Amino acid sequence: MATTTDDLPARHSLGKSMKRKEDPRFIRGKGRYLDDIVLPHMLYLALVHSPYPHARIKSIDKSKALALPGVKAVITGEDLDAAKLEWLPTFHGYDKQMVLAFGKALYQYQEVAGVVATSREIASDGAELVEVEYEPLDPLVTPFQAREDKIILRDDRESKTNHIYHWEVGDKAKAEGELDGSAVRIKERILSPRCHPAPLEPCGVLADMNKATGRLTVYMTSQAPHVHRTAFSLVTGIPEDKIHVISPDVGGGFGNKVPVYPGYVVATVASVIIGVPVKWVESRTENLTTTGFARDYHMDVEIGATKEGKVTALKVSTVADHGAFDAAADPRKYPAGMFGIVTGSYDFPTAFAEVDAYFTNKAPGGIAYRCSFRVTEASFAIERGMDILARKLDMDPVELRRRNFIKKEQFPYPSPLGFVYDSGDYEATTQKALDIIGYDELRKEQAEKRKSGELMGIGVSTFTEIVGAGPGKHFDILGIKMFDSAEIRIHPTGSGIVRAGTRHQGQGHETTWAQIVAEELGLDPQELLVEEGDTDTAPYGLGTYASRSTPVAGGALALAARRIREKGKKIAAHLLEASENDVEWKDYKFNLKGVPGKSVTMKEVAFAAYTNPPPDSEPGLEATYYYDPPNLTFPNGSYIAVVDVDRETGAVIVRRFLAVDDCGVVINPMIVEGQIHGGLTEGFAMAFMQEIAFDESGNNLNTNFTEYLVPTALETPHWETANTVTPSPHHPIGAKGVGESPNVGSPQAFVNAVMDALAPLGITHIDMPLTREKVWRAIRDAEAKVS
Amino acid sequence: MFPAPFDYYRAHSVDDAVQALARFGDDARILAGGQSLIPAMRFRLARPSVLVDINAIDELAYVRESDGHLAVGAGTRDFALETAPLIAQRYLLLADTSALVADPVVRQMGTVVGSLCHNDPAGDWPVTALAARAQVSIRTPGGATRTVAIDDFVVDSYTTAVGTGEMAVEVRFPTPGTRTSGSYQKIERKVGDFAAEKLLAGAKPSKDLIRAAMREAEKIADPSPDNRGSVEYKKAMAGVLVGRAIAGALERLGVGGLK
Ligand SMILES: Cc1cc2nc3c(=O)[nH]c(=O)nc-3n(C[C@H](O)[C@H](O)[C@H](O)COP(=O)(O)OP(=O)(O)OC[C@H]3O[C@@H](n4cnc5c(N)ncnc54)[C@H](O)[C@@H]3O)c2cc1C
Repeated sequence: MATTTDDLPARHSLGKSMKRKEDPRFIRGKGRYLDDIVLPHMLYLALVHSPYPHARIKSIDKSKALALPGVKAVITGEDLDAAKLEWLPTFHGYDKQMVLAFGKALYQYQEVAGVVATSREIASDGAELVEVEYEPLDPLVTPFQAREDKIILRDDRESKTNHIYHWEVGDKAKAEGELDGSAVRIKERILSPRCHPAPLEPCGVLADMNKATGRLTVYMTSQAPHVHRTAFSLVTGIPEDKIHVISPDVGGGFGNKVPVYPGYVVATVASVIIGVPVKWVESRTENLTTTGFARDYHMDVEIGATKEGKVTALKVSTVADHGAFDAAADPRKYPAGMFGIVTGSYDFPTAFAEVDAYFTNKAPGGIAYRCSFRVTEASFAIERGMDILARKLDMDPVELRRRNFIKKEQFPYPSPLGFVYDSGDYEATTQKALDIIGYDELRKEQAEKRKSGELMGIGVSTFTEIVGAGPGKHFDILGIKMFDSAEIRIHPTGSGIVRAGTRHQGQGHETTWAQIVAEELGLDPQELLVEEGDTDTAPYGLGTYASRSTPVAGGALALAARRIREKGKKIAAHLLEASENDVEWKDYKFNLKGVPGKSVTMKEVAFAAYTNPPPDSEPGLEATYYYDPPNLTFPNGSYIAVVDVDRETGAVIVRRFLAVDDCGVVINPMIVEGQIHGGLTEGFAMAFMQEIAFDESGNNLNTNFTEYLVPTALETPHWETANTVTPSPHHPIGAKGVGESPNVGSPQAFVNAVMDALAPLGITHIDMPLTREKVWRAIRDAEAKVS
Repeated sequence: MFPAPFDYYRAHSVDDAVQALARFGDDARILAGGQSLIPAMRFRLARPSVLVDINAIDELAYVRESDGHLAVGAGTRDFALETAPLIAQRYLLLADTSALVADPVVRQMGTVVGSLCHNDPAGDWPVTALAARAQVSIRTPGGATRTVAIDDFVVDSYTTAVGTGEMAVEVRFPTPGTRTSGSYQKIERKVGDFAAEKLLAGAKPSKDLIRAAMREAEKIADPSPDNRGSVEYKKAMAGVLVGRAIAGALERLGVGGLK
């Protein structure tokens, strides 16, 4: 059942808005990011990029670059091929990716050569002097062109087609049959456009091959340092113990820092060959044009329903643009990620989803931008679809949703597309949102405004997320099961160090991990140091993305702490001179049952662990836990946007935006709120201004921040937030994960609001981003039709 | 993104700057706020051999009113103009413009004269200067000063009347009469975006006149398509904004009800 945070019992450390322990160093400019690291004799790498989206490389002349004083090496695809390092595996293992263009360049800005020099400036000058002769070829700019197979992009592959895979889930015949038999039916082509996470710190690496020790240290902007260590070992053949990956402070990731990029490999190869450290830090343009993009799903959404608004069937057919290599960061069994969450919060009796992916002359990627694999796309499809259905039924969009919500008694709920939702109370979350925003008043105001032709809109999104990959039996990267890990060492004086296999990039783990452990052990979270990102010290984990840190590593932390408590109990019994059976953990200390006041604290136990351990036990107090969760977690939220549209210019003003989230048990409300604010801002950007677009020749039109817009405090709307709490029944502390909910849940709330404003004009759908011109055009065309 | 190699010279007076330009030759460029020049250099679209920095010339940073105009020195940042008390009282068009150029961070560095010299077709200051019939003073290599009317100053996109070895030292905006008003309107994708469309107007009341002006603006606008909008959209917006600008200017003169 949903409760609010206020109803929860007082806790020791959980549920408290403790200030972030990492902030003093960030605020004072004392963070240590990749580019802050400077090593003696370090060289710099700059990359040469293809100006063409599709071109044969006829020749590469290095001589002028090599003649420039300070240039130490020029590396091409041919050189890498000779060293057998030209191809990288992709995470799911179905494709491979070129490190440097070799034979053909397959997208604009593809990396063609690398120049290593004594300074960054000389490396850039050298890159300009590399002479590449290209023969331009016709490009494939859309997956629909690619589908025709008139031009075959990848000569290196055996099958001569641009079609990468077909994936489907659900019962096609049944879903189509139900759709045909439905009293009411809608169908819409909905695009989730190619966009980019654009973390403020771009990607980079500093590779340091020490020929004396034989160890390769790789500092990199990594969301998954252990996986990267394994990948480096597999690609280079260097034994894994000789590779040390360090992910220092990371300035935002959002999925962009999960893949391995060509620059990482070229810098590493250069360091191995030359024997000195080599650094590569990409520019903003390199980040936007070559590293992991997100989305690019063209979705045909069909929903059937009864006249009363009970949904009967869902079918979604998607054409996906994967770019030149299938580098989508998806688990092996799930090439389209968790797209099966497309039935959302609604009780569909039957459903079917399919995805066909194609190669095009665009950068590879398809990473999950602040969402579990492909969840934002799925959530957008269903939430837009439900709105379009409501319009067709002439029903309030909230009412339609309510008639179809999965009811709280139905959990654990097996969805028709194969997931088992853990818990939720969609009705309660939605009611709270309606009450706070004053939904009925707003509808009244809207009716008044419509009389005078004013365009006001109210948009809702009552979404369900799927996060925390997560059960290892289903999910993997490079074959490695998606568990996560924690290690806790309590020092004699009762403080300690906590390490996890995750790697935060702004999520606040240094604070929340300490809170989880402190809650379990009754210790002071301020005295628990949290460390992540160093593969020599942290236990093996799969990293931070897909909102998996709290659902997976969070579980590992709580369970490792409980192992400490188990051992602590033995020590406590020894101190209390009692049998273990007579000792219980209550009120954050060990108590002798039935003897009030007779207790010992964890701090006392810690000291005894080193000074006075029970005679028959090991000294010390530490524990490790590798946690493979039994299921994913399913956070949900009800978001409401209120907008006004300027009829003459197409400009949209977001008047109000409310997000009511349910992420289960909240560890730190302030951090949750911060995560929501950040994700809503990204959702707002996707809805109104962000897209990586291409002209018909395949030229990227959004290669820097004057063309790829990132909102600042000046244009971002004011965010209102609230929450309900429906604990996850299977998670050790009932938490579900929240980092991605606002990004998953908000774009459709904005779009639904604008479409609601435009409803009197008969406009049903406009693809994101809703630029002024697109809105203006839709209004103008609609008005032309009427008159 | 690192600029191609260049040399740097810091000038301490206008004479010093002009002499430096003469000494360093054709590829030397003046560095004012650097908000247009530095990004262009980082993209290697601009490759000056020498930068002559005028930021240390204190005598150029001023906003003063005299002889029927407002004089703004080449060292004056957008922010200084935006916050000059004179502006809010009498130069409403300049007040509107200075608050809409870029974002507050850029306005701390960028200069009004630098923007005129850069003459980006999407820039805000060239448009306002044209509407306000401004004049620009230019120091020649020989040390003389010539004054150019804005219509002659603006030659083409990114091209002005400032010749090789010359430096713009001041822009002068005529003081508006009491029956004159202005309003500056701009459509931007986000704060600090270059203008997709912007226009302004002087005053002459009536709804029909406004509509005629809007139609005329739509007709004569000759925009280029880009990510900010197509030609069609920009032409339509020229009309809408002219209408709003005239109505806004009139409202400031106490003539309401025309929006
Ligand atoms: C993020 C961002 C957003 C922006 N948004 C806008 C916007 O919305 N609207 C807008 O209009 N502008 C915008 N700009 C541009 C900004 O206003 C610039 O400051 C302005 O265009 C140039 O002024 P500056 O002093 O920085 O000139 P600089 O960049 O220093 O110089 C620009 C050019 O003019 C020349 N020059 C400068 N001063 C003189 C002089 N005294 N004599 C002769 N030549 C000279 C230089 O040699 C150079 O070629 C933006 C800039 C940025 C970085």
